[in-house]
Amino acid sequence: MTKRDIVIIGAGPAGMAAAVAAYESGVTDILLLERDCEAGGILNQCIHNGFGLHRFGEELTGPEYAGRFIDMLKDTSVTLQLGTTVLNIENKIVSAVSVENGFEQIEAKAIILAMGCRERNRGPIFVPGDRGRGVFTAGAAQRYLNIEGYLVGKRVVILGSGDIGLIMARRMTLEGAKVLAVSEIMPYTNGLSRNVAQCLEDFGIPLYLSHTVTKVLGKNSLEGIVLSQVGADMKPIEGTEKYFECDTLLLSVGLVPENELTRQAGIELDNRTKGATVGEDMQTSEEGVFACGNVLHVHDLVDYVSAESERAGRSAAKYILSGGNAEGEAIPVKNGADISYTVPQRITVANVEKGVDIFMRVRKKMESADIVVESEGEKIASFPRKFLAPAEMQKITLPKVLLERAHGSITVSAIEREEVNE
Amino acid sequence: MYDITIIGGGVCGAAIAMYLSKYDVKCCLLEKDNDIAIGTTRANSGIVHAGYDPEPDTLMARLNVRGCELIEHLAEKLNIPYRKVGSMVIAFDAKDEAHLHKLYERGIANGVRGMELLGKDTLLEREPNLSPNVTGALYAPSAAVVNPWRLCLAMAETAAKNGVEFFLNSEVTIIEKINGAFAVTAGGKVFDTRYIINAAGLYSDKIAELVGAKDFEIHASKGQYYLLDKTSDWIVNSVIFQCPTEKGKGVLVSPTAEGNIIVGPNAESDNERDDVSTTREGLEFVSAEAAKTTKLIDYRENIRSFAGLRANSDKRDFIIGESALCRHFINVAGIKSPGLTSSPAIGEYVIEVLEDCGLILTEKENWEYPEPHICFAELSNEQKAEACRRNKLYGNVVCRCNLVTEGEILDALENSYIKPTTLDGIKRRTGSGMGRCQGGFCGVKVHEILCKYYGVPAEEVLWDKDGSYIVAGKVGESND
Repeated sequence: MTKRDIVIIGAGPAGMAAAVAAYESGVTDILLLERDCEAGGILNQCIHNGFGLHRFGEELTGPEYAGRFIDMLKDTSVTLQLGTTVLNIENKIVSAVSVENGFEQIEAKAIILAMGCRERNRGPIFVPGDRGRGVFTAGAAQRYLNIEGYLVGKRVVILGSGDIGLIMARRMTLEGAKVLAVSEIMPYTNGLSRNVAQCLEDFGIPLYLSHTVTKVLGKNSLEGIVLSQVGADMKPIEGTEKYFECDTLLLSVGLVPENELTRQAGIELDNRTKGATVGEDMQTSEEGVFACGNVLHVHDLVDYVSAESERAGRSAAKYILSGGNAEGEAIPVKNGADISYTVPQRITVANVEKGVDIFMRVRKKMESADIVVESEGEKIASFPRKFLAPAEMQKITLPKVLLERAHGSITVSAIEREEVNE
Repeated sequence: MYDITIIGGGVCGAAIAMYLSKYDVKCCLLEKDNDIAIGTTRANSGIVHAGYDPEPDTLMARLNVRGCELIEHLAEKLNIPYRKVGSMVIAFDAKDEAHLHKLYERGIANGVRGMELLGKDTLLEREPNLSPNVTGALYAPSAAVVNPWRLCLAMAETAAKNGVEFFLNSEVTIIEKINGAFAVTAGGKVFDTRYIINAAGLYSDKIAELVGAKDFEIHASKGQYYLLDKTSDWIVNSVIFQCPTEKGKGVLVSPTAEGNIIVGPNAESDNERDDVSTTREGLEFVSAEAAKTTKLIDYRENIRSFAGLRANSDKRDFIIGESALCRHFINVAGIKSPGLTSSPAIGEYVIEVLEDCGLILTEKENWEYPEPHICFAELSNEQKAEACRRNKLYGNVVCRCNLVTEGEILDALENSYIKPTTLDGIKRRTGSGMGRCQGGFCGVKVHEILCKYYGVPAEEVLWDKDGSYIVAGKVGESND
């Protein structure tokens, strides 16, 4: 068994940023494990631009964004081990396999979980009908197109208006496929507004809101789908069926953090984020095990993944260099009105240096609202927002001075402002 | 000239082929599709029934109980995913309780061992997540769960290793009777044979019709299911049946051999023979019925909904024996539930049938099971290390959800007697793509391995049945 100070699982944007930050914080013995044959994770198939505006102040493609971190890693002593799949984590012992090393076990002082997420597929959304070839997740079709060089189909309907689906609508159109419709069961889109404009509107691709696929036809291979309008109860309305002849149905119906290793390790998971519960230092319920990026909660922007992961990297380094965690009691962060989750889920105020970033998603679209932080009934901070939507993650920064006023717990809520007549 | 030709590569055809391979006869199996185990065999509950359901003194009762024993034995010899989890038929009221007693009596008559009638407390102790409305259960420890297509593949591989010839893509279109033998036209070839075994499942009445001996009818009955992620494995420990009602046999909630949870089926009679589509109504019926068993199922954990067809017939019992209308034409038809459980016993029984028809069978001296395939995920750490030392490709994980390695996929390609040619063929043999991402990540990698192994371009690889090409074409060629 080999011994390492920090083992990081996953060399996507989260794992790489964590590795660089941990190194810069003074830990040199870092092993970064990646199952693919190159670092970068899902960024490598995201050849469109729009990455890095916050982090680098410029628009980069996915591979370029990954490239920046791959270059940063080169100036560190981090060992990047590719083609390696982690099988399980038990008492900070990581078991992994690779072609190069076969089966191996590595004992770590700290572990950073950065496994990313996967796409939700046909199972949980119950698209009824035949089960022939032709139903792909948008990301799988993207991989075929951008990495392997193949188009999965020529007449396409997209179910779900998540960002990958929107990006793929444009991408497949550019490669000569006909995208007939993007269908979204909610009355609003699930992707970023800029993607709706640039990927659908600019290409004249129809967006059907409050619609869903109610039947898939084609025994061996997809021949067509039926789209129906849904009512306020989300159930299809009879008589609104439209038939589309197509050979491909792409699913862009959400992402799920991939926490199989976390679950097996017995680490506490949050049923709302589907990721581990963490403190302000990104530490999970198991001491010395940290989590960051999409394995923790699904982000909209990679820039935020990098920032969060750097925090995890710094915290893991601090944990090692100071020989454990500092004393201090954690207070829980609770979800108040119209907040579906927050990360972190607890804060140890004594460990906070200047302030804490709290990420959250809201439950509904709101024009002009306040994100309000209370502690046991007392309002300690309020952050005005012009626009809130479930698809766009929100961030607030709570300064330490305000946190010190909290006791027991803190609750974060989104409160819509009353209309004011001018 | 073949001594025996088996029509149909489902679990019955494969079992018959395996038992025949023990004897010194020339035997072949014809399958209409591009792989075996892809009709009724690939979409069912995967339950090994203990044998208290069938009426005593039927073929069904006898073959069910015997099949239940044989599958346990085969699973061990052939490394087939199998778990003897036991079954519970649960009751909610006095009427159900009376039914449990009837099943218990039947089980005794059929020779089922170890059954117990459980009271509410014992039942809830063993299955704490069941509805508090349960009043008791019939427990049968011999019931089990098995991966049905792996059972079929393992028996077919055993048959092929021991000399049975398999012909895929060979749909039987004509059967002529010539001089007391048959000439069977299938897939553009003619097979001369002395005996025919009609194990064509949903199409067995059509095959009987080809020799003018159709004295039964097949009615396809569709059942829809949910398959939940392994994260739901805590819900039940054993197969949980409800008592049958006027609406059907009752929806079950059960672990699968691989550790998922299966919920289903409904029963839609007189279905098309090739319609395995799911419907909103069908699945809603299943979840509503399953809610009587337990309310704790989280359908967001569903990884796949599917439907399967059962080859019900107009007869009460299995139809197994020489046709009254055609000599040396042996029907193995109407193999409804418990057909999967009975399958090995059907294979064994068909040997008796053939001997009764006058075929003289001499046992081979050198019959043996094939080497079982390695399942990397099941190995201990030491065995994993050893497997990687022997073959580096066991270190390359292709399917992350089910932990299937390139070594296992190549083993399925190189060391199978009946070679998979499609993505689903690999999935059935290795489990890749059967996990929570449903091939989203590994599909493209398996696709690439298939291209490399067969030396074909990506556009020619099939996902499953005929015409199911995975990709439409190369980028840059699509503007024509």
